[in-house]
Amino acid sequence: MTATADATVVRPPPAKKGWTPARVGGALWVALWLVIAFLAVRLAVTEYSPAFYARYGPRILHGLLITVELVALSVSIGAAIAIPIAFARGSKNSIISGLAYSYVYFFRGTPLLAQTFLVYYGAGQFRETLEAAHMWWFFRDAFNCAVFTFALNTSAYQAEIFRGAIDSVPKGQTEAGEALGLSQWPIFNKIVAPQAMIIALRPLGNEIILMIKGSAIASIITVFDLMGETRLAFSRTYDFQVYLWAAVLYLSMVEILRRVWDRIEARLTRHLKRLGE
Amino acid sequence: MIKRMFAAAIMVAAAFGVAEAKEWTKVRIGTEGAYPPFNYFDSNNELQGFDVDIAKALCAEMKVECEFVAQDWDGIIPALIANKYDAIIASMSITPERMEKVDFTAKYYSTPPALIAPKDSPLTATDPGSLEGKTIGAQSATTHATFLEDKYKGSTIKLYGTQDEANLDLASGRLDAVAADSVVLGEWLKTGDGACCKMVGAMENDPAYFGDGAGIAVRKGEDDLKEMLNKAIAAILENGTYKQINDKYFDFSVY
Repeated sequence: MTATADATVVRPPPAKKGWTPARVGGALWVALWLVIAFLAVRLAVTEYSPAFYARYGPRILHGLLITVELVALSVSIGAAIAIPIAFARGSKNSIISGLAYSYVYFFRGTPLLAQTFLVYYGAGQFRETLEAAHMWWFFRDAFNCAVFTFALNTSAYQAEIFRGAIDSVPKGQTEAGEALGLSQWPIFNKIVAPQAMIIALRPLGNEIILMIKGSAIASIITVFDLMGETRLAFSRTYDFQVYLWAAVLYLSMVEILRRVWDRIEARLTRHLKRLGE
Repeated sequence: MIKRMFAAAIMVAAAFGVAEAKEWTKVRIGTEGAYPPFNYFDSNNELQGFDVDIAKALCAEMKVECEFVAQDWDGIIPALIANKYDAIIASMSITPERMEKVDFTAKYYSTPPALIAPKDSPLTATDPGSLEGKTIGAQSATTHATFLEDKYKGSTIKLYGTQDEANLDLASGRLDAVAADSVVLGEWLKTGDGACCKMVGAMENDPAYFGDGAGIAVRKGEDDLKEMLNKAIAAILENGTYKQINDKYFDFSVY
């Protein structure tokens, strides 16, 4: 670590050219995907039947709408629950942090399918109690049960994401704010939160993607979401191209989300860009 | 291309069927295992029920070894086509829609569809008009589900993976009624969970939806197996084995 005048600059070795095993593997992998894509397109073309699209097309699009509603509601309600839990997790009071930790522990540690069944059929078993509490009208509806479960589930994950992001902002930032005589809220709102959001953004996007796919579980408790409509169409036609369309629709939702996320990230990190870039 | 591959696969299967024509020594039978009293798992996790006993009797009659495969109802026909087993004996109604995909033997039983409702329900009839605005449950991918979706446009239809789940939701009060096979519902009403509910009545037994009763499904082109099964059905009806099984489960004839 001593500075010498004749320090040689160590450069990385030149990139290997030619067909390395990894490159061959990669090419084969891409080829496999191309073949699958080709077969999928071929299937959609050869099995094209106007009657099928006329009958199930609108239903599947309606299912898509239900899925979007389900995910949008669950994720936003989940976020509203997650923020207080994220703070409770970091609380100095061990009872509060312990409770928040058990909440996260339970919802992250059990399958979403089990939670959904527990809420839906469990609520059915406690009908009298729920009726007495004037809550049966809510749990009677399968869509409500799905939103309820998904929101609780995603809030546990989101709480961990938020807490991790807040913790990752160096303590010096808060101390600098205090040195400037700012009070707690502006320190959090103007200094910590904007930096934490940059960290939280990508994991949060992942969580929403998982929720989009996880929402297919709602179809098991009679919600006709995208997956529910797809299963219905398949059960009546035995035509498996309907699953192909469902996959394409799920993929499009994830792709749209990815693009929105790129925009948000560009906005949040605009202070890190050089001028003229 | 996929279609042609399928056709080729079916032809190969058919060729094998022909080649093995006289030596079907082992038949794999697909059933659901969640449709009491016709097919279900008992407390020892063994398949039991009318369908299972009939299948065993048919195998004994055909002098072949039988192996049971339990398969979720939704995928029971695709799995047959994918050669996971050779025949479906699972109370499957013989319908035109299904006959496009598989072949059926003659019926081995036939019972009408029915509707059940909670005991305090004001329902007295099962026609679409009486059920306007009501929520009706059924098992998905069944003849009952298709019938409800097509004929009961004024009602909300909810579909479940198994009959048990639909019944459970009727007991918990989310459904106004459940439609299924009359015998299956009758059996459930006798159980503890079924005490909540009553039989409203039989539904219109529309042959366009419910076909001519339950048959055994085999892959298209497996004519030898179909013939063997048909002969065996006729034989057990003839020699009293069928009646014996019938009487074990029901106090009336389901044929």
